[in-house]
Amino acid sequence: MTTAKTELLVATLANLLEPLDPGTVAVGNVSPIPAAAALLWQARAPGRSVSVLGSRRHNAFTDGGRELFDCAAQGRIDAFFLGGGQIDGEANVNLVATDRHRFPGSFGSAYLYFLVPNVILFRAEHSRRVLVPRVDFVSAPGVTPPDVYRTGGPIALVTGRCVFRFDRERRRFRLASVHEGETPASVREHTGFDYDEPADVPVTAAVSEDDLHLLRNRVVDEVAETYPRFAEAWR
Amino acid sequence: MLSITPVIARAYRGRMLAGVTVGELVAHVEPGDLVAVPPDYSGVSMAATRALIAAGLRPLRLVAVPTSGMQADMLVGAGLVSELEAAAVMLGEFGTASRFVDALGADALRMRDATCPAIHAGLQAGEKGVPFLPLRGLLGSDLLALRPDWQTIPNPYEPGDRIVLVPAIRPDVALFHAPRADRDGNVWVGRRRELVTMAHASRRTLVTVEEVVDDSLLDDEVSAAGVLPALYVTAVATAPNGAWPLGLPGVYQPDQAELARYAEASRTADGFREYVGRTPLHAR
Repeated sequence: MTTAKTELLVATLANLLEPLDPGTVAVGNVSPIPAAAALLWQARAPGRSVSVLGSRRHNAFTDGGRELFDCAAQGRIDAFFLGGGQIDGEANVNLVATDRHRFPGSFGSAYLYFLVPNVILFRAEHSRRVLVPRVDFVSAPGVTPPDVYRTGGPIALVTGRCVFRFDRERRRFRLASVHEGETPASVREHTGFDYDEPADVPVTAAVSEDDLHLLRNRVVDEVAETYPRFAEAWR
Repeated sequence: MLSITPVIARAYRGRMLAGVTVGELVAHVEPGDLVAVPPDYSGVSMAATRALIAAGLRPLRLVAVPTSGMQADMLVGAGLVSELEAAAVMLGEFGTASRFVDALGADALRMRDATCPAIHAGLQAGEKGVPFLPLRGLLGSDLLALRPDWQTIPNPYEPGDRIVLVPAIRPDVALFHAPRADRDGNVWVGRRRELVTMAHASRRTLVTVEEVVDDSLLDDEVSAAGVLPALYVTAVATAPNGAWPLGLPGVYQPDQAELARYAEASRTADGFREYVGRTPLHAR
């Protein structure tokens, strides 16, 4: 991925966090771009709490691996990021397997998707291979019948091509913006599920000068503690 | 190659063990044991992992608390693991854990797919000595179809509410690496409290440490708060750099070049065997 694309994705995810002010954002395993986004969001204003799994410096937990999950069940975590080997149009995520490919596993998704109010789905690869009509395995469902206890769920899906917002009532994504160089038609071509599309789809906001300064002088160094390989490629 | 310094540790139920090497430490693991291991960022005993492979100790059942990387991949690649419970297995930034994926493809490994908090809750039930704990989430996940041992019941305190139960996990062995122990067998883990939960829930706890200190870790209130008491500890062996090539929080970073070498070599079974053959048992 180019540096410019990395920075655009990081800033776009951070923009989705911006309504949380103050707030607490947690980042899970193998999530370098979401970790950078949470740290950028934190760098923009005081009073914002971030917990990056695997980090010592950017992690306030002291009670072991369970603490994040206990916090989430109590409503103490405002936002979290999830990826997916497959993601479908109802925001179901598959982190386990297709009939041809084994993924690493569900991580905390089968729990946190239910309990964190603002879950942002992120997957850089935007292809029909990833964005499918129906996932082969539901690690965590996007929506839930009314009799199931659920205080959280998906609010958006960010890919290498665009931003979708998720409407829980309609159980559908809506195309919110396309990244520079993409069009609504190119997004449609590479998306395996159906979604709503307004008549006018804006281009995803470019990275601001202030954000670029924070990213290059602060965030890249902060994220290097947990994701040295990612930070090296970014620099 | 560094020599392994024997230390004295107090064994579970008061039995004293003197002069424990890493090889002697892993001799406490028996075929068929359920072995609990921590995630890559917490304190993985790679020294004991290499010793288990050298000893050819099989079959082992592994439970990752709640994920694993190079450790599980190596133990699986060496053919030691019959069953693995984990929320995920991958090599962090280096991606796919190839020995793990290939073993599943060859039906050589029984996978018990989980989610992180279910493993934590299972161990918490284990340490409490209760048969299960209830857990939110999960309803509507296909994991419930893979895990018939996770049962759904009506919440007895609130009509109309359903909740999932996860059974207690009682590992035979908790195995990890920590910065230090004292001569009584108290182990300092700091904020890595999942290691404490693992040990509480397990019948035996085997620990490799960077160093053994002379003063009791329980004498100082500051260090005592981060201690796993010797009460739970079966044996401790000194293994400097014992998490290598993974890191040890607050002590040293992962060895990125070595992790890259492993990820590349382990893409094939032959490459993996060659890697294991040329890797020293004890860290540099």
